[in-house]
Amino acid sequence: MAQAGKATAGKANSEEYLRMYTQMVRIRAFEDQANQLYLSAKMPGLTHMYSGQEAVAVGICEALTVADKITSTHRGHGHCVAKGAAFKEMFCELLGKEEGYCRGKGGSMHIADQSNGNLGANAIVGGSMGIATGAALSAKQLGTGAVAVCFFGDGATAQGLMYEVMNMAALWKLPVIYACENNGYSEYTKTAEIAAGSLTARAEAFGIEAHTVDGQDVLAVNALTQDLVARARKGEGPFFMELMTYRYHGHHVGDINRTYYRSKEEETLWTTQRDPITRLGDWLTQEGLVAAADLEAIRTEVAEDAEAAVAYALAAPYPDGSEVDMHVYAATDPATLQPGA
Amino acid sequence: MREITLSKAVNEAIAEEMRRDPCVFVIGEDVAEAGTPFKVLSGLVEEFGTDRIIDTPISEPGFMGLAVGSAMTGMRPIVDLMFGDFLFLVMDQLCNQAAKTHYMSGGKLSVPLVLRTNLGATRRSAAQHSQSLHALVAHIPGLKVAMPSSAYEAKGLMKTAIRDNNPVVIFEDKLMYQDKAGVPEEEYLIPFGVANIKREGTDITLIGTSSMVQVAEKAALILEAEGISAEVIDPRTIVPLDEATLLASVRKTSRAIVIDEGHQSYGITGEIASRLNEKAFYHLDAPVCRMGAMDVPVPFSPALEDLTVPTPEGVATLARRLVAGEMLHG
Repeated sequence: MAQAGKATAGKANSEEYLRMYTQMVRIRAFEDQANQLYLSAKMPGLTHMYSGQEAVAVGICEALTVADKITSTHRGHGHCVAKGAAFKEMFCELLGKEEGYCRGKGGSMHIADQSNGNLGANAIVGGSMGIATGAALSAKQLGTGAVAVCFFGDGATAQGLMYEVMNMAALWKLPVIYACENNGYSEYTKTAEIAAGSLTARAEAFGIEAHTVDGQDVLAVNALTQDLVARARKGEGPFFMELMTYRYHGHHVGDINRTYYRSKEEETLWTTQRDPITRLGDWLTQEGLVAAADLEAIRTEVAEDAEAAVAYALAAPYPDGSEVDMHVYAATDPATLQPGA
Repeated sequence: MREITLSKAVNEAIAEEMRRDPCVFVIGEDVAEAGTPFKVLSGLVEEFGTDRIIDTPISEPGFMGLAVGSAMTGMRPIVDLMFGDFLFLVMDQLCNQAAKTHYMSGGKLSVPLVLRTNLGATRRSAAQHSQSLHALVAHIPGLKVAMPSSAYEAKGLMKTAIRDNNPVVIFEDKLMYQDKAGVPEEEYLIPFGVANIKREGTDITLIGTSSMVQVAEKAALILEAEGISAEVIDPRTIVPLDEATLLASVRKTSRAIVIDEGHQSYGITGEIASRLNEKAFYHLDAPVCRMGAMDVPVPFSPALEDLTVPTPEGVATLARRLVAGEMLHG
């Protein structure tokens, strides 16, 4: 299958390709474990699987630095892993454990990993669009050169907030990239039934340059993002990307019987013909950049890591009850509240 | 001491803090050249420029959201929400995002922003420009809520709000912008959670917020003429609330009326009265009473609007009955 990003192919880039491959495998392994945790009733609550969309998160985050910010969604594990998060703290968070990224207070839908520039997943559909745009405003005001990427799904394009912040981002040329992961479904409804016209045209109406890209082709996603990030850093932003992708699972882990809104044939087509990990792996071996056995070794190692992290998280302690009213308010140093301070 | 208007006091507070900290900026509708419809921010854009006094489109949720993101990433925005009634438009960004970010991130992220807005009826502005909605935000853990009662408080509380590392909502009474009060030339800040005993008394405690402090003070004068000694307390911030000062006063006077311009039902008056009942019950000689705004949308007609808010005469009448030991019910 064609890889739109292959213009940059070559031995020199093998390391990057392998890293992207590994990161996609890590997301898949994380989600497989998370799904098992849910199915075996070991996870409180429920969660939304990112499986199938790995090329989007990885292609984009591999074009960012640690200083660049992202905002994520309820389907956010992939963004979190791609931006550099560790399995152990993520699984601890999913299980509500003290060692989780948010000390168990956020859970699956609110993982934030500030150390890697992940400002957090968000359980309000479209709720992070202002936050990402605000992070871009800070970057501009502080002159940090950082870029913000706002991940959201096609469903979130129905939220009015998006249009308010895109308008301001365009007026003020903010270094923000709106990354619309169009997986075809707005929860349990076909996106075609809830979205009039074209999504990219909505961004273009604000004078925002918009691109549509195959979201199952990690090299294409990465090449486009590299270009847009570089331009955003120069003040040419904002940009809008529509990434055509597919979620393998239901809206959430409990959404098992879903033939009423999408067919098994359609699911099979995407999982067997368009899988982003298989596509990159096949291309890497066909180009002779890596041996199939090496890819197998990566998958095995990542699976073992994920398994070990789950075992660790299952055994890890819950936060002490005394933490329940901790972190409601941030501390303010009393010295700063003195006149002359 | 010099006297300045509440409007000028807010302006000074913001200007001083913007000079002190380059990360502080103002964002909202018509804040720059227009200086807001109430002219509170006049002159700031001339000193700080349009990069720090940022005019936005009429997109309240949008600029509220931008402020949350910018606060999470190193800036200290002051969001100017033209009317308190527009809080309903920004609720998701304020209550689901700003208020919860520090907690949901286990303390890793914080949102140091100020949302300055207003409250207050009797300006003949009808139901969508007259509400006092502080109880709505006071209900949400993670937000702090300040309610200045004069120019002095407006300046000192605003400066503290800007330096606080949390989202703070500060409500100015839009009818008080031209009211003058003594404001020192030298810098001062008013800490949150410290009530101000405006007037000492022994027979009844009148707890008022924002402009209701003036109502309570006027009621105290009426009562004084009748030989009733009223203590007047201004909590200054309702989150955090200086419960200790309120309790100490009520334990002394044994009676209290809580006066606030929010709707009476499910509001601030009920919350404070309930805390006093729970913690000072055996010191009470009368039920703690609430006086909030009537539970009606604010009407336009002056003949109707004036009926909806607490008045000094109304407070004095109720106080008189409490002190006389009249049965209010039953």
